[in-house]
Amino acid sequence: MADLEALYRDVVLDHNRRPRNFRRLAAPCGCTDGVNPLCGDRLMVCLRIEDETVTEAAFEGSGCAISMASASMMTEAVTGRSRAEALSLADTVGAMLRGREGSALQGELLALSAVSAYPSRVKCALLAWEALRAGLTDGAARVSTEAQGRTSEGRPAEQRQARDGH
Amino acid sequence: MSAHPAPATADLDVAALRAEFPILHQEINGRPLVYLDNAASAQRPSCVIDAMAEYYRHDHANVHRGVHTLSDRATRAFEAARETVARFINADRSSEVIWTRGTTEAINLVAQSFARPRLGPGDDIVITTMEHHANIVPWQMVAEQTGARLRVAPITRSGELDLDAFEALLGERTRLVAVSHVSNSLGTINPVSKMVALARERGIPVLLDGAQAGPHLTIDVQALGCDFYAFSGHKLFGPTGIGVLWGREALLDAMPPWHGGGEMIRTVSFEKSTWNELPFKFEAGTPHIAGAIGLGRALEWFMAQDRTALAAHEDALLARCTAVIEALPGLRIIGTAKDKVSLVSFVADDVHAHDLGTILDHQGVAIRTGHHCTMPLLEWYGVPATARASMAFYNTHEEIEVFGQALERALAMFRN
Repeated sequence: MADLEALYRDVVLDHNRRPRNFRRLAAPCGCTDGVNPLCGDRLMVCLRIEDETVTEAAFEGSGCAISMASASMMTEAVTGRSRAEALSLADTVGAMLRGREGSALQGELLALSAVSAYPSRVKCALLAWEALRAGLTDGAARVSTEAQGRTSEGRPAEQRQARDGH
Repeated sequence: MSAHPAPATADLDVAALRAEFPILHQEINGRPLVYLDNAASAQRPSCVIDAMAEYYRHDHANVHRGVHTLSDRATRAFEAARETVARFINADRSSEVIWTRGTTEAINLVAQSFARPRLGPGDDIVITTMEHHANIVPWQMVAEQTGARLRVAPITRSGELDLDAFEALLGERTRLVAVSHVSNSLGTINPVSKMVALARERGIPVLLDGAQAGPHLTIDVQALGCDFYAFSGHKLFGPTGIGVLWGREALLDAMPPWHGGGEMIRTVSFEKSTWNELPFKFEAGTPHIAGAIGLGRALEWFMAQDRTALAAHEDALLARCTAVIEALPGLRIIGTAKDKVSLVSFVADDVHAHDLGTILDHQGVAIRTGHHCTMPLLEWYGVPATARASMAFYNTHEEIEVFGQALERALAMFRN
């Protein structure tokens, strides 16, 4: 069970058990609903951006340990970063999860690298980061791990504007 | 309906059965494979694999066309498989057996060829809360095309159909009932004979989705009294990509073809084509010949077993698996109907089903996790996903113990 312990490192289990920044933000903030229709994971990622800097990040929702831990780590990692830095971090994490490069990442986020060996679980770890990316770029209110038009909900992922509160 | 009226049979030689299924004898992540995902797709015995390989090695040509020997051999084997299917479901005649890609295609065929011309605004199609997406979406599509409505018969918390509520839904405008014989998520065996009788009293045709029933129950379409019966080969120890729609001849005869092309025509001119006879009218294009032959072989093998003994063994596995899950703290079984096939869906209050699935896989145990293509049902239960252990006759009591221990380890890992 060696690489299973790599997947479920203590730090991952800890973030799953005690997710950081697991709450709603008070307005003004931008919230993105991230869904993985294949496994029913649903996370709401909320960001407060002031002067192009993420000053606060939080999330709510339910999912597997991998998606919860990834979301929890994400909120800690992006707080205090500029919009461009946060996007760049999302790219780096995405590449690591897809196994495309040895990572320049440091710290707790490296604990997610083992996920790349589990193709069926990569989307779990990506969910919060995809929601982050959508929140940072076009303000999409909802993203899906499945491509638009072929979500198993039978309709394209909705793109509705729901910024500034809930 | 009593599913398995069988007496306990202690003398089933499970080891001998397992010896016929080569895929079961391997290690996964350093542990012996424990395959408990049979409701998603079962495994196949060597004779099925061999029949398909032999067909490709010695007998392949296109069917129903050539005058040459190979075409004749392929056609004979292909049509013999259809006869086998007819015997398996006790169809009156094999011309009522139509090859499809699987249950899903069979239901879509009925939706488009049978239901669509008969539906209009204000008409109803009745399904149930526990349907698989394959028995929801085709009806939603045809409802959208015609203005008809989808009505959903409710279930109880234990996962049994509310028969009175079902009956109350059957009205003057009900044009079709489409229900699963056995629920893939809950394992519930529906009282389909009663449901069919209630519908037929009112002249309403009934389609039964038999995808999960065939591996566990004896199927007799004439005794059931239904009008259409759909099932897939790969859940019945046969190949993927092949399935069956059985329909009453009078209904099939009156239906227009669904797909146009070769095989399904009698004559073609640029002005007008005429249709072939049953079942070929619904089999446009070169079919999955090897798949049909493989399914025929699988059903011959299955029918030659002591199916009463197989069912009794599966019942014992179900009882043991249920007890193992109930003995672990913080687990809840979703689907506790009185009549069930050997399948248990469950959730842990503090561990997500996907994590359980990954951790079990590491111990060689294959289960299914997720919504099992029944999102409306899981939403009704208020759970995003379940873990599901589904057993076949080739599973053993020892495997259920391994499953239980693996589950215990997974829970401990998260609860430390």
